[in-house]
Amino acid sequence: MKVERARETKLKKFQEWYENRHQYQKDYKSRTGKKIVGYLCTYEPEELFYAADILPVRILGGHRATDAALSSAHIMSMYCPFCRDVLGQGLRGYYDYLDGLSIAQSCLHIRQAYFSWTIHKPVDWSYYLPMPHHVQNPKRAIPFLYEELKLMKKSIEDWTGRKITDDDLRRGIAILNRDRRAMKKAFEYSKLDVPKITGLERMYISTSSFFVDKEEHAKAVEETLQELEDRQMDRRTGVRLMTIGSEDDDTEFVKMVETIGATVVIDEHCTTTRYFWDEVDETIKDPLMAIAERYVRRTPCPTKDWPRRTRFDRVLQFARDWRVQGAIVIQQAFCDPHEADIPALRRFLEENDIPTYLLEFDVTVPVGQFKIRLEAFIEQITGLEGLF
Amino acid sequence: MGAVQRYPTEPLKCWQKAKELRLKYYRDYAEAHNRGALRYIGGAWNFDPVPKGLSGEVYSLTGEPYGASCAYNTEFSKRALEKAHAYGFAKDMCAYFRNYVGSVLLDEYVFGGPMPKPDFIWQSHICCTHSKWYENVSELEGGIPMYSVDIGAGASPPFSELPAHRIEYVAGQLLDGIEWLQKVTGKTFDDQKFLQATKYYMKSMYKWAKVCELNQAIPAPLGEKEMFSLYVLGTLERASKETSNFYDELYEEVKDRVKRGIVAIPNEQIRLMTDSQPPWPFLDMWRHFEKEYNAVSIGSLYTFSLEGGWEVREGRLLPKEPIDPGTTRESACRALVEYELYKPIYQSFYHADFKSQLMVMIAQQWKVDGVILHLNLGCEGSSTGVLENRLALQKAGYPVLMVEGSMADEAQIDRASTFRKIQLFMEQFSDKIKLVKAT
Repeated sequence: MKVERARETKLKKFQEWYENRHQYQKDYKSRTGKKIVGYLCTYEPEELFYAADILPVRILGGHRATDAALSSAHIMSMYCPFCRDVLGQGLRGYYDYLDGLSIAQSCLHIRQAYFSWTIHKPVDWSYYLPMPHHVQNPKRAIPFLYEELKLMKKSIEDWTGRKITDDDLRRGIAILNRDRRAMKKAFEYSKLDVPKITGLERMYISTSSFFVDKEEHAKAVEETLQELEDRQMDRRTGVRLMTIGSEDDDTEFVKMVETIGATVVIDEHCTTTRYFWDEVDETIKDPLMAIAERYVRRTPCPTKDWPRRTRFDRVLQFARDWRVQGAIVIQQAFCDPHEADIPALRRFLEENDIPTYLLEFDVTVPVGQFKIRLEAFIEQITGLEGLF
Repeated sequence: MGAVQRYPTEPLKCWQKAKELRLKYYRDYAEAHNRGALRYIGGAWNFDPVPKGLSGEVYSLTGEPYGASCAYNTEFSKRALEKAHAYGFAKDMCAYFRNYVGSVLLDEYVFGGPMPKPDFIWQSHICCTHSKWYENVSELEGGIPMYSVDIGAGASPPFSELPAHRIEYVAGQLLDGIEWLQKVTGKTFDDQKFLQATKYYMKSMYKWAKVCELNQAIPAPLGEKEMFSLYVLGTLERASKETSNFYDELYEEVKDRVKRGIVAIPNEQIRLMTDSQPPWPFLDMWRHFEKEYNAVSIGSLYTFSLEGGWEVREGRLLPKEPIDPGTTRESACRALVEYELYKPIYQSFYHADFKSQLMVMIAQQWKVDGVILHLNLGCEGSSTGVLENRLALQKAGYPVLMVEGSMADEAQIDRASTFRKIQLFMEQFSDKIKLVKAT
């Protein structure tokens, strides 16, 4: 089976950005003279930074155990590998070029990474946005977030010495929405009987959007769409899988899955659809209110998904629209919000005739072991004929 | 050690009353339906004055102390934890949650009989597990109506000033919750009952803080092992008249102990401080300090302020006077929220550095010699920042021992290794012990 490699297409760009994020960001800074702010969770309202001509970049794991180990003196070992990996990179100095660091309130673990980072590697500007958890009460959550966004905007203005106007905010919203729309279109190409894009390629597209200027990214995705339209895939689709779970940018894992008779056609992670699927409503007059609405009403992270699990509706819709045959539930070790959902999620999917398989991820992934386990899972779905 | 009787001791007179109140609480919950009363479940930080405003009788079961009761009954706990794991809940999840959900799955109440089913869930949300816990219980029990209040609004430093919209956000959820309660229970809401319960709530917290403050006396009138059994009443129902009156009585008794020189251990030579929930199946660790090293643990940020009302004034940790709840439902909701969001342990949940500052304050004000930090595998919330706290305490000159364990999963506690670590840690105080013994 021949897998069409990213480097043979325009898709190569996204992989390059993913692999060379630091180089891109350093070059960007020297090229534009703009500030760069790192952020740790997708509840961060990036629109505000674009409005202020600041580049926001998400800090993801580096998947090197030696970096994550640096966190051992600061974060207990029972906190998730992602937060330890993130802090390890900060302590190692990989992000010393950042001008600021920010977090929108999400889970305890990544919050600990943020505070330890600011204690030991202080930056010029740092900001904790108390993003509400009770998003299923928009009547209270939206006005609250709106007031918090005003405070955050003012803090950015005080820091940069530049006022952020409503037009600036609208520009920030437009930049983010354009990229969201382009990525959604790219993801549509895996709905086809023979997907024109692989799971690995989609992962490079969505994760690279954290690292680079969104205008540049959106343009690259739009150019890729034209290429995808004419693309002929020289690979067998095999079993149509979905991945669901916590933060996940483990490219080695997806690459492996797509070599054993399967294609990851859709996913539900905060590195992919949960991050970008929902747009800001550009018809709302007050742009700051529009941003507040979007972040309260977006598909929630499990930590905010209560008292009812609304996220599952989106998961099932994806599974049906992309004709998923099986789901790999990916769990960052020790991630409590997802762990609290997993028994219910697996039962929910299986009641809807979608077999599931649970895998626990760490900083690095035992690809060989997982391969054997997933081959067995695929065989369960297809019977023996699927293997040949 | 431990043989020298240097100071007089005597049991607490209100000890038996504390035990009776606790057992009555669990019995009342189980028997509520026999009396036509409602029952609800929620966390130890739920805003319990609100359900107390409902007409008729309402009894609660708070999840964390229930989980602690399970943990103390190690045979039961083992079965509950295994049941939760077999259902699919990971072993690193909150150990209280796993004991609780295991009880539901076993359909066994740790105090005997089947697990009583609640009529509704009334919770608050600060750590990642809080609302997810009850979301699961709601589903497992067949769809119990659930309401939870997000209190993550005051999480942004500086903690000394809360903008009005943060109070309004949480108070607004409480007001919505009052409407919700009436709808799901069919009961009316009595503002006067609510206002009275709000006063009890704040007074219980204030008086517990005053009791803890008395432990600054040298030698200490209370040991932390006893304090665990005393603060637990606040985790059950801070807003009840019985709890509020009990803390009044306790305060008077401890004040009298200080006046008369009655102490916790007869030969106090070393003063320790801890952190986090204790490993409930391993409370003998505190007796070990006392018997082997003449060391008393004076308490902790956790023991003091989980259910205590405090504030920081001029760099000192001081009991916070209750706030006037006013005369309306709205004013009482705002007062409750303000009291809650200024609570140092709440704020320290959000910022390791702030928690370190509070811990150093306690170490200085209560004059401790060393610190034992429980690296609690059973609670990710109380483990937030604990390693940063260790660094800060060491920087401030306090010896620190980390003890890995769990508040409610005995399998995660290594007794032999812990005793060995304690022995090595306590050796550094041997000069002080000898010096005191020689006087």
